[in-house]
Amino acid sequence: MPFIPHTEDDTRDMLETIGAPDLDTLFDEIPANLIIDTLQGVPEGLNEMQITRLMRERAAKDGAPLCFIGAGAYEHHIPQAVWDIATRGEYYSAYTPYQAEASQGTLQTIYEYQTMITELTSLDVSNASLYDGASALAEAALMAVRANRKNKSGRILLAPGVNPTYEKVAVAIAGSQNISFDRLPMDNTTGNAPASLDDNQSPVAVVVQQPSFFGTFEDVDRLTDWAHERGALVIAIANPTALALLKAPGHWGSEGADIAIGEGQPLGVPLSSGGPYFGYMTCKQKQVRQMPGRIVGRTTDLDGEPGFTLTLQAREQHIRRSKATSNICTNQGLMVTAATIYMALLGFDGLRKVALRSQQTTANLVAGLTGIKGVDRLFDGPHFHEVGLRLDRPVGPVLEALAKQGILGGYDLSADYPELGNALLVCATETKTSADIDAYVAACIEVLQ
Amino acid sequence: MSELPGDLLFTSEHEWLRREDDGNVTIGITDHAQAALGDLVYVELPEVGQDVESGGDMAVVESVKAASDVYAPIDGTVTAVNEELADDPEKINADPYGEGWILRIQPADGVDEGALMSPVDYQALLDEEEA
Repeated sequence: MPFIPHTEDDTRDMLETIGAPDLDTLFDEIPANLIIDTLQGVPEGLNEMQITRLMRERAAKDGAPLCFIGAGAYEHHIPQAVWDIATRGEYYSAYTPYQAEASQGTLQTIYEYQTMITELTSLDVSNASLYDGASALAEAALMAVRANRKNKSGRILLAPGVNPTYEKVAVAIAGSQNISFDRLPMDNTTGNAPASLDDNQSPVAVVVQQPSFFGTFEDVDRLTDWAHERGALVIAIANPTALALLKAPGHWGSEGADIAIGEGQPLGVPLSSGGPYFGYMTCKQKQVRQMPGRIVGRTTDLDGEPGFTLTLQAREQHIRRSKATSNICTNQGLMVTAATIYMALLGFDGLRKVALRSQQTTANLVAGLTGIKGVDRLFDGPHFHEVGLRLDRPVGPVLEALAKQGILGGYDLSADYPELGNALLVCATETKTSADIDAYVAACIEVLQ
Repeated sequence: MSELPGDLLFTSEHEWLRREDDGNVTIGITDHAQAALGDLVYVELPEVGQDVESGGDMAVVESVKAASDVYAPIDGTVTAVNEELADDPEKINADPYGEGWILRIQPADGVDEGALMSPVDYQALLDEEEA
């Protein structure tokens, strides 16, 4: 069955109506030098049998390692019911709808998701999700520039613990739109922003990640107030699991963060080699018209019955065209469905237990690893479920040796932060048993000897 | 369609201008424009003090089904915006030529009447669009 519903007659009738000789004429306004005739490096299509075999072979290469890598994506236990429900026919779609009232069940699911995310972040409004945490930072930066029109600097300051991949993605998406990203300096003993900041700055927004990329805790109240004192908006990046334990971005400082974003993957989405994941975004009511993406609202129909509808659609590209707040529209609806079911099954207490257990498991791992000669903590102070370690030798070969024993030993920080030396980021979630930790510590002793 | 106020000038973008005694120009959208947009839910206003250039966008009027730019009909500086529209955008629907005014501009070089339409000309444009 072809997926293009127009027959040749339909196409000819439509072309005749607008007076165009053929379909190609419709693209005449695109300069010839921008049109690519053949895509380099893209192979011919494969049939279903071939592609299934290729992907099985590639999946097998992953094996079933013990994973101690976090750095933005986290292995959590996903109750069987999550994907059993999410893949029911009624739910099984990648799309966030754009018809305002169709698919009431899907709309209600998204509405429930939005409610849960606003509760976790203590902000007023959530959208129906974005592509992932990294592109959510780019969208938040663009949104902050639109919302804070008085500040023409286009300069966005990032706390030192903002995920370096998020920064790269934000620069790639927003960097060509008169927005620059600069880092606040790092206090090398804590991994966080220093106690005294250069007050001679007036950025359009300040981005603070909590917990930081290193699993440490920023003084979010101080940074939020510092940013607001200079007329900047505050963009919070927060791990949603951690929000079950930490002060919500909406309560940071005296006024709260203005926008909160993050990676939604920890909420019931498997690691699956890097995606698909989803990004969440919430903001204060005041900024809602600058928010990208879809928003579902609750309303009443003509009979007075409760119902759900897409709202504030005039911001979106199918209506506002080139002046839309974003070209984000439909995106990771299925991941959001899974996350909603995950949160509903765990409840707030369940999510809190996951967060606490992950924190404790990581503390146990770090106690074991720092008992080895040549392994030390990178930073002082408390941590969530991720900790920076300093090794007495380059990290890359150590990780390779561990991988040969079926252990993914962590994330090598030296490429992103050469100033930190031989630095390794490790993570242990609730999925790791004490036997798993013993196995890692034993393998590490062997490798480092 | 109600009669067009005689003291206004109009643009082909369905905006109106009124020259005030202090030299400022008040600007809004026409009755035809508000009717075409439907119930307005939001108006995005510029900052007072912002310079605008003829033909550039300076405000946005948003209804439940569409959002539309309000273009500057002349060069100048924004001297006032109708703050009440923030809470009551439907004032534009109810009274487009009165309480639904959008902003005032201090013209940089006066108002070129030749580039604008009289009520009679604008009525002719509406009749033509309807035909």
